Amino acid sequence: MAAIELRNVVKTFGPITAVDGLDLEVPEGICLGLLGPNGAGKSTTMRLLTGQAIADSGELRVLGHDLPAEAKTARGLMGVVPQLDNLDVDVTVEDNLAIFARLYRVPDVGAAVEKALAIARLQERRRDAVDELSGGMRRRLLLARGLVHEPRLVLLDEPTVGLDPQIRTELWTLIGDLKARGTTILMSTHYIEEAERLADEVAVMHQGKIISRGRPVELITEHAGRQTAEVYGPPERLAEARADAESKGLSVRPAGPAIAIVGSERVDGAIPEDAVVRAASLEDVFVLLTGEEAE
Amino acid sequence: MEAATPAHEQITPAPRQMRRLEPAAIAGVMSREVSNFRTYWKGTTFSSVLEPLVYLLAFGLGLSATLVDEVDGVPYIEFVGTGMVATAVIFSSALPAMFGTFVKHRFQNTYDAILAAPVDVEELVSAEMLWIGIRSGTYGCVPLLVTIAFGLDPEPGMLLVPLFCFVTALGFAGFGVAMAATVAKIDQFNYVTALFVTPLFLVAGTFFPIDGLPEGVQVAAQFNPLHQLVELVRGGAFGFEWEDLLRFGFLATFALATWRVAIHQMRKRLID
Repeated sequence: MAAIELRNVVKTFGPITAVDGLDLEVPEGICLGLLGPNGAGKSTTMRLLTGQAIADSGELRVLGHDLPAEAKTARGLMGVVPQLDNLDVDVTVEDNLAIFARLYRVPDVGAAVEKALAIARLQERRRDAVDELSGGMRRRLLLARGLVHEPRLVLLDEPTVGLDPQIRTELWTLIGDLKARGTTILMSTHYIEEAERLADEVAVMHQGKIISRGRPVELITEHAGRQTAEVYGPPERLAEARADAESKGLSVRPAGPAIAIVGSERVDGAIPEDAVVRAASLEDVFVLLTGEEAE
Repeated sequence: MEAATPAHEQITPAPRQMRRLEPAAIAGVMSREVSNFRTYWKGTTFSSVLEPLVYLLAFGLGLSATLVDEVDGVPYIEFVGTGMVATAVIFSSALPAMFGTFVKHRFQNTYDAILAAPVDVEELVSAEMLWIGIRSGTYGCVPLLVTIAFGLDPEPGMLLVPLFCFVTALGFAGFGVAMAATVAKIDQFNYVTALFVTPLFLVAGTFFPIDGLPEGVQVAAQFNPLHQLVELVRGGAFGFEWEDLLRFGFLATFALATWRVAIHQMRKRLID
């Protein structure tokens, strides 16, 4: 049984179509990265899965429960880690966890809180108000709160957005531990590195649809080939190199101060002599497919 | 490598179909309110005790010493003191419901967190109303206790005052939640306060009997839940009449109506 099944799901907000005929299946036990630029429909998809948004049409099933009719039951089996910090800041760390253990009907609240504290490595700060924690501690607590009932499925909505690299790495370790325990994870992100590191499979979402899906290495091979050549220089030089590569049928994308000629191994003589050649990346795929700059 | 044990096999209770208005969901949301209340109860309790005391000193002692000795055979300080119960109820239910709900929704994203758990909007609103009802029902009794300290004789009927306050507070909590789910900006509460809260407070019969007002206002006052609460509290202090059953029924209907309106408005606001 798939943990998540979406069939031709549409969700509009007035004239804006946030989710446009979305088909998505997430097998149990994998981490699927939902990668897309801002406004791609990732957060709306997450809200549809928790029943906080109702689809205009289409079929949604989570852990065998039809949505929105059985959304409440489905929510009891999944954990959600939101993009925005919505902890109770005046309340202690352990009370924040205990409140959610009760909301999830956990039979032994005390034991669940202890486990969650261990996950967040906040045992020493259990009686501190959330207000007194550092940003990294708060994110760890937010993650632990979503896991307090040990759910079968976890939705991570941009779990490291806006965090500094050190805290991001800490969270990646925690998410890696979660994967190792066999929990199904759906993680929306617009960070390429995050998807590359954590996801077993990546689905690229753009304008409300999945436009490509597969293991990162498969996506790279399919869309970007083996290597990418980056050309640096003044604007006229870059324009010339771009025109030359495109005339040979290669895809070219901007890459900061350079241009990147994707799949440059496919055509002999496509690489200018001064180009820097590197292995093709998921970022190349993302930019080619969505036309958006990656982060 | 050791085989990993799926985490969900350890704690997650067996899946079952969940029903509407589950006590566990309501208790869970209320436990959040209690945890938060423990961080600010001193300030709230201080103002809830001090405010009726100040009103009693200003109106009860001030006016009775200069202008009014008694109303309908009741010493004026006791008349005001029993009426102040309604004032305490509206200010500790409608206003916290309005501002608290708005802040939790717009600024703290608290409801997004709660609704990601197995709790629905109906349970969320019910829990918020119940908590405010309990809290306000308790604080509503303070003016009565203060008035007893000023000489009002305790009566058995006063034991029903917490219930009257609770039911009225439920209604105003529902009103406040519905308003919070309706306004676009927090400053629009000024309209709500000026158009609804203040007139209800002034035409409740707290400071003066409404039978001296124009007939139209007297009729309108019958639809004011605060006036009905004032009459019920005075019934508890000075003797009930059979109409008090109708008054209580009116307050229960008010609570029921605002409960459903609050759920409807919050669902519109919280579910896309």
